[in-house]
Amino acid sequence: MLEIKNVKRVGSDQLESLFIAEGKIKGWNLSEAATETIDGKGATVAPALIELHAHLREPGQEQKEDLASGLAAAAAGGYGTVVSMPNTSPVVDEPGIVATLIQKAEKLGFARLKPAAALTRGQKGETLADLAALKEAGASMFTDDGRTNENANVLRRGMEYASGLGLLVSVHAEDATLRQDGVMNEGVVSHELGLPGNPAAAEAARVARDVEIALLTGARLHIQHLSTARALEIVRQGKKAGAPVTCEVCPHHLTLTDESLRGFDAMYKVAPPLRTQQDAEALLEGLLDGTVDCLATDHAPHTQAEKEKDLLEAPFGIPSIEVAFPLMYTRFVKTGKISLEKVLDLFTVGCAKVMNWETPSLEAGSVADVVLLDLDQARAVDPKTFKSKAKFSPWAGEELYGWPTLTLVAGKVAFQN
Amino acid sequence: MGNGVKHLLDFQGWTVEAIEGILETADVMKEVLERPVKKVPALQGITVCTAFFENSTRTRTSFELAARRMSADVLTFAAGASSLSKGESLRDTIETLNAYKVDAFIVRHHASGAAHQVARFSGKSTINAGDGRRAHPTQALLDAYTMLKEFGKLEGLKVTIIGDILHSRVARSNAELLSLMGAQVTLCGPATLLPRELARDNVKVTTDIQEAVTGADVVMALRLQQERMNGGFLPSMSEYALTYQVNESLLERAKDHAIVLHPGPMNRDLEISGSLADSARSRIIAQVEYGQAVRMSVLYHLLVGKK
Repeated sequence: MLEIKNVKRVGSDQLESLFIAEGKIKGWNLSEAATETIDGKGATVAPALIELHAHLREPGQEQKEDLASGLAAAAAGGYGTVVSMPNTSPVVDEPGIVATLIQKAEKLGFARLKPAAALTRGQKGETLADLAALKEAGASMFTDDGRTNENANVLRRGMEYASGLGLLVSVHAEDATLRQDGVMNEGVVSHELGLPGNPAAAEAARVARDVEIALLTGARLHIQHLSTARALEIVRQGKKAGAPVTCEVCPHHLTLTDESLRGFDAMYKVAPPLRTQQDAEALLEGLLDGTVDCLATDHAPHTQAEKEKDLLEAPFGIPSIEVAFPLMYTRFVKTGKISLEKVLDLFTVGCAKVMNWETPSLEAGSVADVVLLDLDQARAVDPKTFKSKAKFSPWAGEELYGWPTLTLVAGKVAFQN
Repeated sequence: MGNGVKHLLDFQGWTVEAIEGILETADVMKEVLERPVKKVPALQGITVCTAFFENSTRTRTSFELAARRMSADVLTFAAGASSLSKGESLRDTIETLNAYKVDAFIVRHHASGAAHQVARFSGKSTINAGDGRRAHPTQALLDAYTMLKEFGKLEGLKVTIIGDILHSRVARSNAELLSLMGAQVTLCGPATLLPRELARDNVKVTTDIQEAVTGADVVMALRLQQERMNGGFLPSMSEYALTYQVNESLLERAKDHAIVLHPGPMNRDLEISGSLADSARSRIIAQVEYGQAVRMSVLYHLLVGKK
């Protein structure tokens, strides 16, 4: 039996002990003797975070990230479970690849891996992948993320088929014909900088189409990384109309804007792009009113050399899985814009609900996926210390509170600082 | 620069006085170019690297000649399209060139912002010789110099720029520079090639070419890039010529003394009528000539005293 002593529950200043045995929460403040004790040193304890949208790059792009570095990074970020995206090389569209990823991750002992598989073969958007076989192998959801689903009928059939299997389809909602070669948000800044813009309408138009398909089919659809006020409003209206739609928002879309591109640093090149302050504020409003179901990072590691290319050549993506919680806590909880309970919910319960997974909890009998968070001590973001292979961060040097000090996955230590 | 400016990337952060200094020194350089021996020792011992990642003959030639006429050593780097696909990062390329003990970089690149990146990666004085759609500051300076020679001042001049504004670094740099210097700039083109977001104090944006040219002191036609046809920006070349060509009849709306500019290379009888380009109103050849003096002046202001 493991005792984690001197920890606080959310909203309480009382130091308590959490007991864990056989991978499950045994209870609070028990009188039984522990075989092992960890001193929580006054940290706040919460269910480990859940990531629905990470790019771990394995197989095929291990120079950017691999399961070992990516899942260690996730554990360091306080995550107990990670859904990895299938836009690898090869694409995760074969049951064998799913099974191999799961087996490898189990041996590593960091965060738990729940791979997503491609909705269509090769993520080409043409024919459905063998969804039932992929589910059998362990796929947790289906998505062509990294690619946009241009053929509405293929998406419709995929959603219908996947819902029959009890699994979710998630989408990268951008109209590629409107997005064109845009590398940043289309607006005042893109025109001043002379960079090709990606209009907010590219996202809104696609979200509108996809919400309609959800209404048509009744099949659940999850919309990834919403970045615009308009698309969020469409989701809000869609939910009111009864569409079985959920959506996620990423910390970078809440904390950065297209103004960041003024220094021409490709580190800020991300898809969908960093939008305007008004969009960021609307997304925050969406978190507060429940339109946004969960927070996801879209952790997208790349090599330094790739990000030092010019703005047109450099790849899209920001690595953020290690800073997501401290960033949200410092920027929004510490400033009183959102409660700690709500942010934690968006990182845990909200994610589990999207996936139809067991609700994360610290009550007796729950799986012992636990994180300790140091809400009192600030520490600067130092990308050199990242477990991720991507050693750059838009928030480098920023003093953040809320760093995870311990992450347990099924009662085992996956990260300890 | 005396005010601490080390690079010429665009005109952000530049003062009227600093720009006036460059334009005044260009007069001196122009005089040097009229001497039998067109060379001064101002940049002796300085090595300038022209790093051209995008094809250009005139701008590179103009810069290289400008540097040589001031006795600088010139290292020429021209990356073909193939070297970009080899995967070397911009940083690696610049660091390699930097290892040759270069004092300044003159950069042309197809991506907006690349000159800023070169300045950051090299730590050396960097002159933007055209980056993507972003900026082409020495072109704007030579355009301003041409206007100054014609009218004796920039303040209050009405300058109309016509064509593919969206993709034009020349338009952006001219709008930045001329509005800073007190000129009234009008950007004009078909709506697909005209970002209304560029409008601000002293910069007007309109699709109405007749209105744009009315009362103008300077009318500048921009080169229409043929590849824009594929992007669905325009129905056809002939329709563009019909509606947005700068020609003699259009110029009747401008002031009597109005001059015509073009940054080159020209598509004769597409964006500008050939006869207008060859007419007494045209200052297109003067632009090229002044360009060298202006670039010598820029090099002087950025590099003298660096040894």
